[in-house]
Parts: sequence; structure tokens; C-alpha cells
Amino acid sequence: MNILIVGAGGVGFTLAERLTADGHQVTLVDTDQRRIDHCLDRLDVQALLGNGVSHKMLEEAGARTADLVLAVTSEDELNMLCCLVAKRGFGCRTIARVRNPLYFAELATIKDDLGLSLAINPELATANEIFDLIRIPAAVTAESFAKGRVNLIQLRIPDGSLLDGMSLIDFSEKLSRSTLVCIVEPRDRGEPFIPNGATVLHSGDSIHIMTPPEELNVLLRRIGCPVRHTGKVMIAGGGRIGFYLADRLQKNRSKVKIIEKDPKLCAELSEQLPNAEIICGDAIDRRLLSEEGLCSEDVFVSLTDMDEENILLSLYANKVSRAREITMVSTLGFTELTEELPLGSIVNPKEITANYILSYVRELNNTCNGTNIESLYYLCDRRIEALEFYIKAESELTAAPLSRLELRKGILICCIYRDGKVIIPSGSDRICPGDSIVVVSPASSLRSARDLLR
Amino acid sequence: MNYSIVRYFVGWVLLAVGAFMLIPTALALISGDGVGTAFALSASLALAAGFVSCCVKPHDRSMYSKEGFAAVSLGWIAMSLVGALPLWISGFTPSFTDALFEVISGFTTTGASILTDVEALPPSLLLWRSLTHWIGGMGVLMFLLAILPAAGGDNLMLMKAESPGPSVGKLVPRLRKTAVYLYGIYLVLTVLEIILLLLGNMSLLDALCIGLATAGTGGFGVQSDSLASSSTYIQVVVTAFMFIFGVNFNFYFYLIIRRAKAAFGMEEVRWYLVIFAAAVLLVTGCLYADGVYGSVLLCLKYAAFQCASVMTTTGFASADFNLWPMFSKAVLLLLMFVGGCAGSTAGGVKVSRIIMYVKSFGRELSQMLHPRRVKLVTMDGKAIEPAVMNTAFSFLVAYCLLFGLSLLAVAIDGRGFTTSFTAVLACLNNVGPGLGEVGPMGSFAMLSPFTKYVLMFDMLAGRLELFPMLLLFAPGTWKR
Repeated sequence: MNILIVGAGGVGFTLAERLTADGHQVTLVDTDQRRIDHCLDRLDVQALLGNGVSHKMLEEAGARTADLVLAVTSEDELNMLCCLVAKRGFGCRTIARVRNPLYFAELATIKDDLGLSLAINPELATANEIFDLIRIPAAVTAESFAKGRVNLIQLRIPDGSLLDGMSLIDFSEKLSRSTLVCIVEPRDRGEPFIPNGATVLHSGDSIHIMTPPEELNVLLRRIGCPVRHTGKVMIAGGGRIGFYLADRLQKNRSKVKIIEKDPKLCAELSEQLPNAEIICGDAIDRRLLSEEGLCSEDVFVSLTDMDEENILLSLYANKVSRAREITMVSTLGFTELTEELPLGSIVNPKEITANYILSYVRELNNTCNGTNIESLYYLCDRRIEALEFYIKAESELTAAPLSRLELRKGILICCIYRDGKVIIPSGSDRICPGDSIVVVSPASSLRSARDLLR
Repeated sequence: MNYSIVRYFVGWVLLAVGAFMLIPTALALISGDGVGTAFALSASLALAAGFVSCCVKPHDRSMYSKEGFAAVSLGWIAMSLVGALPLWISGFTPSFTDALFEVISGFTTTGASILTDVEALPPSLLLWRSLTHWIGGMGVLMFLLAILPAAGGDNLMLMKAESPGPSVGKLVPRLRKTAVYLYGIYLVLTVLEIILLLLGNMSLLDALCIGLATAGTGGFGVQSDSLASSSTYIQVVVTAFMFIFGVNFNFYFYLIIRRAKAAFGMEEVRWYLVIFAAAVLLVTGCLYADGVYGSVLLCLKYAAFQCASVMTTTGFASADFNLWPMFSKAVLLLLMFVGGCAGSTAGGVKVSRIIMYVKSFGRELSQMLHPRRVKLVTMDGKAIEPAVMNTAFSFLVAYCLLFGLSLLAVAIDGRGFTTSFTAVLACLNNVGPGLGEVGPMGSFAMLSPFTKYVLMFDMLAGRLELFPMLLLFAPGTWKR
């Protein structure tokens, strides 16, 4: 597809990078020449200098032939206006990044008038992601499929776990039949692979499992993963993500404490979140942290504007308390390093935003090309992807039970979702028209459900 | 410096040149003109060398501007060395230096020749000379970008280093598609010219050679008197196509995507047209006043041909302008400096840079009158970035320095001011013929080998816009 991205900042760049990797033709528009040069040097895209609101500029950037316009500048008004111009002038589908909570709340009513196909609020999306992380204990990351019915959960097998030395056949017999190990990433940092029944697990391996949410806690306890309460949450940094997160946590009956150094922001927060404890002070102050009882918290979320500060805070929390850490790292690029550190779960708002938009683009692309990927997640440094397909009536996959289908090597059908029920499939199960199936495969090898067959 | 990626690209360049060389090889073998073995040997050598150096894929594929510049300049040197082999092995040039000069002059689309008797060359060699123009015109690395499937975003460095002009822009988001478009336009226009030349009763080989040489704005002819003895029709067609290939290719791209308004609104193209028209008028007037050719139309025909040839740095001649009145010669000399548009196959300083120089000169003047005035230099309604301006001025300085140093080196040969000066001018701007002994009907054969090497360097530097070749001498380029 031809995709026009207005705003070549962090999100714009990440999006352009991913979209070009997916084979789309991307044109970026920004008002800053340095960003333009940066994009041109690093990516195989077209980048133009100008303001994306201008009709003339959009035309020059190829809006006439564009399938999609993404407005992701730092200004909400500009993004919405840009989408409006693109929609009215060229009839493009548009996606806008809207961060202001007030605007975002109104969007439901004015979305159609603005011609927006999708609006994304990165802070809200990040907060939701963190909320999911808190709700699902001990998991390093979790992605939900089949409308939230199943989760793909990544965890590291703890030392002395029941799983150490267990083969996958034993796993399904002894532990749980409704849980499937989808990906194994060996401890010694080898290539992640998709296991079969004979694969033996070891402690220290990182695995992805697919399991219904209600069984998760029991399973984790049996495996030996620590399952903790999430009753008390401390949030360092009271920005928008902190606000959205605290709001959701409170609705979920957790006790929330926010540490924020800006008194004005604190006042606002205490007005909007009357039940939360708002502490005005610098989170990087050890005394303050211990005074506020970091040691007795269940979850510690570091969400300040500085990545370095977040990393330090989480490291400190890891040292002094038994709380689970969640660390926001948005601009630092040293993922190899940060993954090694005991930072708990790492969330990156840019990646989350990009993933959200990308899944929409995939969907759109599928409706254009007649394929049927419903959602897609990149896992293990993008070396493996998990895809959800919708199965049409005429699909060849419905011809026989799974054991008799000529499936492609190296892929795994993890789950079948039929009429609101989740089936973890075995060889005798059969795919029916109207099902959704979740498949894990090496990255970029699948484009449609047909590719599943050899 | 990532040497392995440079080696890899140079290998691909050699493969491409070897593949192109198969065309004259086939012609030589079919027509039996006696140079078949020389060609087959050279082509297999090029292919073998290319295969050896790119069969091992580089482990580290990182490519930064340093590697881009090195790959381009070394690639061009490598392909010149290989391209000179057929001429040298077949013995039609007295020495390897001469063969190398001829081929560098070909690849850089200069058209300066050391051959005194072009008619004596067998058809395959004639075709090879013109083919080198065509390959060099758009650039061999650009060709690779168009055909190599794995060309990614990093390779923009290659395009930047190889294509002419102060700032390089892509036509479409994908680099590979941009390269395909450019080569597509290039090929279509070339074929069009060849067909038009065939309609003028030219033989197929001559039409091919002249067509390819015009497309690359090269200037190797198939006769010693260039195109002086051709029919008026041929001369008019060639005039038109020389002009066409001197236009920025973005112009044609805009026409293809039906944005004629944007195409004709391009400031550079307008200036190009105005400068050309003014030069033609001046030369025509001068020739008419001098009474060399009689009728105004005849004067116009000669003036237009020579102006187009010199401005686009092609270097064909339909008359020996060496014998023209001084004023016409002066106009032509200035045109050599100007050159064609950026993003075309022409050489020279480029019209877009001239526009920048003139406009910033105007700005300086107005700022002297109104010291607090803020005025940006704009092109096509957009402000030119200070960084681009700076590079353009550094280009001018580098250009003058290189010109001066080359003149000094060439002066050792003791050939007289006109010859020395215009030899450097013609080579550095990739024009081809100069004035005096190196005029359109003369040749570069009598120069000393040292002078020839200096001029070869000038030609390569001129084609690659100075910096890639100059960077070869910067110690920082070679540090790991």
C-alpha cells in the first residue's frame, strides 16, 4: 500500500521502519529538515519537508494515490486537521494520534465528522498494556487473542521448577491439557524455535505459552513462578500514562500511590483521582521512596519522562523490595542491555503505538488483498510472529482434521476460537468455516491462511 | 571503513560492466571484425574478477556515507580499468594509458578522444565506446540499484555519491523503484532517438552509436569530423535530444505522473531553457554578423547544435567552432562551465548550483543595502537549507582549486594557453572538445602521458561531482 505518514518523530520513524519492512511504500512529511535527513539516511522511504496540513503539501507527497494517511505529530490539533484535509481532499483513510484526554474523550462523537478511521492515544494504549501486565502476574509480556479469551504469555522458567527437564508430552499430560507451549527461546540465547512433543524444557529458558486467563494463576503456581498480589501499586511519574493507569487500577480496586514532582500536576491528579494517594516529590529520592513504603508495595511502575531515571528506579526497587517492576523505556535504543537487567517488564510506548497502528494496517491490507489476518504480534525481537486468521468457508484448511493436513513446516496452530469457546487443538481437531485460529511462525513467512499449507 | 562491503559493490560493478561488454562481444563475433577475442577475453576477465569479489557476501552489511563514496569512486576506477582492456588488447590504441583515457572519457561521458582516425575502428569497438557513454551517463551503481533485489535504504549513499546535482531526491519512496524509473525514462528516450535517427537514413550501427552517445551526453562520434557531414535532419534530431538529456529527469517523471504544472514549474528547467535560448541567440547573431554561414537559419542551426552540445557537455560538433569568431567562442566557453541540469546525464557545475550562486549573490547585494533584511534563498518556492548552500559553495571552491592545480600540471606539457586551459575545462566539465589543439576536430593524442593521467582524474572527479574522488585522498576515508 502507499502510506503517508505526517510527523517523522519517534512514532513516525518506528512506523515507517515497520511498514517498509512489511513491503509498503512509505512517504514521510515533517517540518524539520534534520528529521527528514535522518529518515532518508536510515530507511528506504521518501521524506519531504513541509506541513502536512497543507493540501498542496499532501498532494505533493502523493495523497492522491495514498491508501492511508497517518498523522502522528506531537500536536493533536494538527493531527486531526491533517486527517480532515486528507479525508475531504483526497478521500484517504486516516489515523490520528490524539493524546489530550479531553479531545480523546470527545472523539467518539466527532470521529466520523473528522473522517478518522482510527484514533490512537499512545498514553492510553500504554496504560492499558501496563494494566494487562499487572493483571497477569509474573508474565514478562502478554498478548491477547480471540477477543481477549486467550493470552500468549512469555515467561522465564524459574530455577528448580517442575518444568526443568520436562518434555512437552509430559507437560500436557501432567500439568494442563488446555495450555500449549508455542515458542521456546533457549537460555543460552540461541534462536527461538517452535517446539514439538519431544522438546525438553530447562530452567532459564524463556517460553511463550497459550492459556485461558482463568487457568493461568493455578498453572503459574504449579510451575513455580511467584504469583503475587497486586493490591498495592506505586507509580513513579504522574504524567498521562500514570493517570490513565491509576484510573484503571482504581476501578479494579487496587490501592494506588503516585509520586510526581510537579506540584501543579499533583493538584490536578488529586482532583481527578480523589482516592489515590498523590505524593509531591522527586521519585529519585531514596528517602522519599522508603518513607512512602516502597518495601511493602506489590507493584512498582516507573513512568517518568527520563528513561535513565526509570531504569535506575526499577533497579533500586528490585534491590530493596519484593515488588514487581514495570519499566517504561521509550527512546533508549539499547534493548540488548536493558533486557539483561532486572527491570521486570519493559514497555515502550512507541512500540505499542506502532503495533496498534500496524495491526490496523494489516487488517486494511487484508481487506484490500482478500487475505484474512485479524491480528499480528511480533515476538522474540521480531524473529517470530503470532497471527490470528479468520477462516472463510472455502478455505482448504477445513478439508480434514489437523493431523491429516499438509501443514507447512515450522509453524504451530496454537488455538482455535469457535463460537466464543477456545480449543487448544490436538491432531484430531478440525478447523471449521467461521473459526479464528492463532498461529505462530517464523517472522514474515505467512501472508494469508493459505500459506499455512505446504 | 567497512572494506568488505566496498569490495562487494565493486564486484557487482565489474559484473555489470562485464555483462554490458557481452553486447559488443556478440557483435564482434557475429560480424567477424577481428576484435572478438579481445572482447571475449576482457569480458570474461571482468566477469571473473567481479564474481570473485562478490561471491562472498560481506558479513557486516553496514554502509555509511564513507563506504558509499568509496564504493562509487573505486567502482568507477575499477570499471574504467576493465573497460579499457578491449581497446588495449585489440591494439587500436598505442598504449594502455591511451586506452584508459579513451574509456574514462567514455564512462564519464566526456567524449574527449585520443583517436585521430575514428573510421578505422571496427564496429564493435565503436559500439563499446558509445555504450560506455550510456552506462556512465546514468551511472552504473544506479543501474545496480535498479536490478539488485536487496537494495535497501542504506544504499541511498550510493545514489547520493553518483548522481549529479547539489541535492539528491528520490522520485518515489522506494530507492529501487526510483532507479527503475530513471533507467526506464533513460532507455525510452534513447530508443526514441535511435528510431528517429534510423528514419533519417542512418545505418543501424551509426544510429546506435550516436543515440547511445547522445543519451549519456557523451560525444564520441563515428566519424573524425563528428557530425559535421551529417544531414540537416540528423543534426536537428541530435540537437533536440542533446537538449532533452540535459534536462533534469524529474521533469519527465512529473510528466509521466501527469503533473505537467509541476514539471514546467521547475525553476531549474526554466533557467536552463532561458540560458540556452540566450546563448543560441547571441551565437546566431555573432555568426550572422560575421557572415560565416550566410543565411540566418543556417547560422541558427549551427549555433543551436553547438550550444546544445557544449551546454549539455555532450561534445558533438557540426562545425569546427575553433574557427568561429571570438565572441561565439567565449559564449560557448561560459556554457561549458554552466553545464546541464542536476539529475540529468550532463556534466558541468549544473544549472541548479548556478541558480543558487546567482540568488545568494543577489541576497548579499540586497543585504548590503538593507543590513537588517531577512531573505532566504529559495528554489521552487522552498527555502534552500543552509547545509545545501554550504556544500554548493564548497563545491565551487573545490572546483576552482582542482581547476587551478590541474591547469598547473597540464601546463608542464607546454601546449599554449588556449589548449591547456580548455583541455582542463573540457575534461573537468565532461564536455569533450575544447579549443585550440584539443578543438572539436583535434584530439588529445599528442598530450604527454602525465597530462593524460591528470585529465583522467579530472574527468572522473567531474563526473562524480568532485567529492568522491577527492575523498580518496583523505586519510580518514581509509581508517577502519
